Amino acid sequence: MNQMATDSTITEDGRTIGGVMMEMRNITLRFGGVVAIKDISFDIREGEIRAIIGPNGAGKSSMLNVISGFYHPQEGEVWYHGARRKAMKPYQVARQGIARTFQNIALFDGMSVLDNIMTGRINHMSSSFLDQAIWWGKAQREEVEHRRKAEEIIDFLEIQAIRKTPVGRLPYGLKKRVELARALVAEPKLLLLDEPMAGMNVEEKEDMSRFILDVNDEFGTTIALIEHDMGVVMDLSDRVVVMDYGKKIGDGSPDEVRQNQEVIDAYLGVAHD
Amino acid sequence: MAEKTAVRGRPQSVPELLARNVAQFGSKPAYREKEFGIWQSWTWREAADEIESIALGFLALGAAEGDHIAIIGRNRPALYWSMVAAMKIGAVPVPLYQDASAEEMAYVVDHSGARFTICGDQEQVDKVIEVQETVKCVEHIIYQDPRGLRKYDHTTLHALSDIQGEGRAARVRLMPELERREGKLEYDDTCVMLYTSGTTGKPKGVVLSNRNVIETAKNSSEFDHLRPSEDILAYLPMAWVGDFIFSIGQAYWTGFCTNCPESADTMMTDLREIGPTYYFAPPRVFETQLTNVMIRMEDAGKFKKRLFDKYMAHAKKVGPAILDGKPVSMGDRIKYWIGDKLIYGPLKNTLGFSRVRVGYTAGEAIGPEIFEFYRSLGINLKQLYGQTEATVFITAQPDGEVRADTVGVPSPGVEIKIAENGEIFYRSPGTFVEYYKNPESTADTKDAEGWVATGDAGFFEEETGHLRIIDRAKDVGQMADGSLFAPKYVENKLKFYPDILEAVVFGNGRNRCTAFINIDLTAVGNWAERNNIAYGSYQELAQHPRVLNTIQEHVETVNKSLANDEMLSGCQIHRFLILHKELDADDGEMTRTRKVRRKIIEEKFHDLITALYDGSDEIYTETEVTYEDGRKGKIKATLQIRDAAVIEDTAHTRVAAE
Repeated sequence: MNQMATDSTITEDGRTIGGVMMEMRNITLRFGGVVAIKDISFDIREGEIRAIIGPNGAGKSSMLNVISGFYHPQEGEVWYHGARRKAMKPYQVARQGIARTFQNIALFDGMSVLDNIMTGRINHMSSSFLDQAIWWGKAQREEVEHRRKAEEIIDFLEIQAIRKTPVGRLPYGLKKRVELARALVAEPKLLLLDEPMAGMNVEEKEDMSRFILDVNDEFGTTIALIEHDMGVVMDLSDRVVVMDYGKKIGDGSPDEVRQNQEVIDAYLGVAHD
Repeated sequence: MAEKTAVRGRPQSVPELLARNVAQFGSKPAYREKEFGIWQSWTWREAADEIESIALGFLALGAAEGDHIAIIGRNRPALYWSMVAAMKIGAVPVPLYQDASAEEMAYVVDHSGARFTICGDQEQVDKVIEVQETVKCVEHIIYQDPRGLRKYDHTTLHALSDIQGEGRAARVRLMPELERREGKLEYDDTCVMLYTSGTTGKPKGVVLSNRNVIETAKNSSEFDHLRPSEDILAYLPMAWVGDFIFSIGQAYWTGFCTNCPESADTMMTDLREIGPTYYFAPPRVFETQLTNVMIRMEDAGKFKKRLFDKYMAHAKKVGPAILDGKPVSMGDRIKYWIGDKLIYGPLKNTLGFSRVRVGYTAGEAIGPEIFEFYRSLGINLKQLYGQTEATVFITAQPDGEVRADTVGVPSPGVEIKIAENGEIFYRSPGTFVEYYKNPESTADTKDAEGWVATGDAGFFEEETGHLRIIDRAKDVGQMADGSLFAPKYVENKLKFYPDILEAVVFGNGRNRCTAFINIDLTAVGNWAERNNIAYGSYQELAQHPRVLNTIQEHVETVNKSLANDEMLSGCQIHRFLILHKELDADDGEMTRTRKVRRKIIEEKFHDLITALYDGSDEIYTETEVTYEDGRKGKIKATLQIRDAAVIEDTAHTRVAAE
């Protein structure tokens, strides 16, 4: 109990934020001569909404790709649930309970919303390929279970009306929501959102913010997100990491970050000598 | 319960009807709701069990007899159950319009003095919490959908499933009390309280007794030969008397199944999946569906389009006659049969009307073309005339006697008389008990002998005995020259054009009539797209010269048809403008049932009305609008004003000369 008390804090709005879930230690990522990420360390705690912000080209997406196992940093360590993570393939990372959405929507355009969401269950399917092909025995039982989960998420994100619509016919805002649905249906412990609100109008942004908060609240999912809209970031997140030119220039609560001179300079721009 | 029914001969309350249905149709579906992509269903027995546990839960929370319990949310079985549960414990359910703003809600919650509110979801809970700042009567808030509510302070906030659980747990202790209260329910006890939409002034709480509800349900069910096998789709606001009578009154009387859609957006899909046999919709829904069909046919291939046109022309010719059982030649019948296989059948299926046996439209006048379209497809669409104070039914059209311009004959048990000024009065077993906490209004509306003033003017057709409605009696006025002014009649004529969503006609006490027009964005937008007309916003489209030309043509056609009517030729529209915004209930310009509030519009847009009469060609205006989330904004626009050609007919000049 004492241990818990030191580890976890309760936010103003009554959510419990637990101990460290993921820790990035001195990560450096290079592409040839280009240093995308330079010696960055930060952590993500259980149950929090953690934002990564920074100007274009700051290395935010690269950082998310490191977390999701798509890039392997040349230096540094990734610690997950108190253990050092070996270099992994993205699907292995996904099996550890990390799901993500993409900056440029990566859905199957020709498939229906429901089918797209069902693909998110892939890591929970254990019936054999043959069973699935002839839809027999375990595959049948499993499908019912997966469909139930998919429908719960459809209900949660209020996309019942487009369940059977091919994704290619949907407007942008809804596609983003479908992508979120596909990530959620994997029942992730850590959800990575790469610019979930890019290209949305105010109303769509408000809807999406609501959903992100609800996901965190309802499923207790830890969320790491990249976002450009400062207003959204400040409203949503518990803690913010600020990056600029591959370096970390700030880390803390939205209020602390907002007052950080380096951050203000990075965003408003200063003359470079 | 069963013994009591036996002694009194027939059920005396809605909870008794429920008990009867459990005994008679126990394992037949009573409710269905689409959730998680599947139609979930509850039999009468299961529904009664849920209702009982809610009722016990209310008792556990300390609900007293005579308490008012407000219910706010979209049509869901659990909310219907809450209503019946409230009746069971001797409380009065008060369904409220779910799209009302917190401000509007505050008035009715305060007026009803509701101690309990049942909310569908977080949105409604938030509104009630806001209401609580000014209105102190609400003690407990109960919600159905827990989403987003986890962090809220739960001292007086409860999940419906929790109170059901508490009710079940305390069943042994509370059951005697529940039985005692239920056993006390009498035929003349209050069954429900429904608020009128308030075309003028504040909404009034209409108190309906078990007698009102049960007698009306019985008469109207028999009138249309409703059976326990009917299916209805409950999608209209629960606060509206029609939904209450269909989804509770008639459903409990005949024992048919009430189906609730998954969400408001999926209504059309759900309609198709359920294929209701008994269907009710305001004219607007039929209009929208027809507009969609026509838009899609415009985009269809040449062959399909020709086939559609050819057979629809035939359907128009013989369809209604076949439906009314009138003689039709064999050749025409065969051609209609082929049309049914090729066009009408599939079309009805797409619209979800394949199984409709009885369909009703009411609330507003329906355009004759729209009405005929559905009837020609073989859908038994009829009209009825009613109001909250009458527990809906005043007149209805019997099968085989259906026409677009009448509202039918008096419903069983209803007496009607027409006053000298043309106002319609009725007296029926459905006549409401009183307006809650408003004896003056009750006395104004209902006289000592039980006659109720409808506020509508109309007359009986001599040949057929059918009632025809002219207009709201208080809207009917006189022009400066003494001729009759009936705005609604003219507005309806305008609204029958798919391009025109709403119209407001002015002219009372003036020498000429003028009008505001709202264009229908779906229809006009589609037309613009097909004609390569670019537009950036509703405002821009509304002021496009070609849109103005089209609307002008419509206005002039209406003027022509008005000129032929001796009584109404003075109502021809001399000048009109197209409004820069849609009239909206959120801005107070319409009621929640989408009826125009003339007074408010006149005040709000007085600058535009002045411009209509002072001869100017255009006017600049700024209007405050309320967004869905309650924030306010301003829209600015310069509106064109057009003159429309009028026909000076002899009849009119004669009236003017006298």
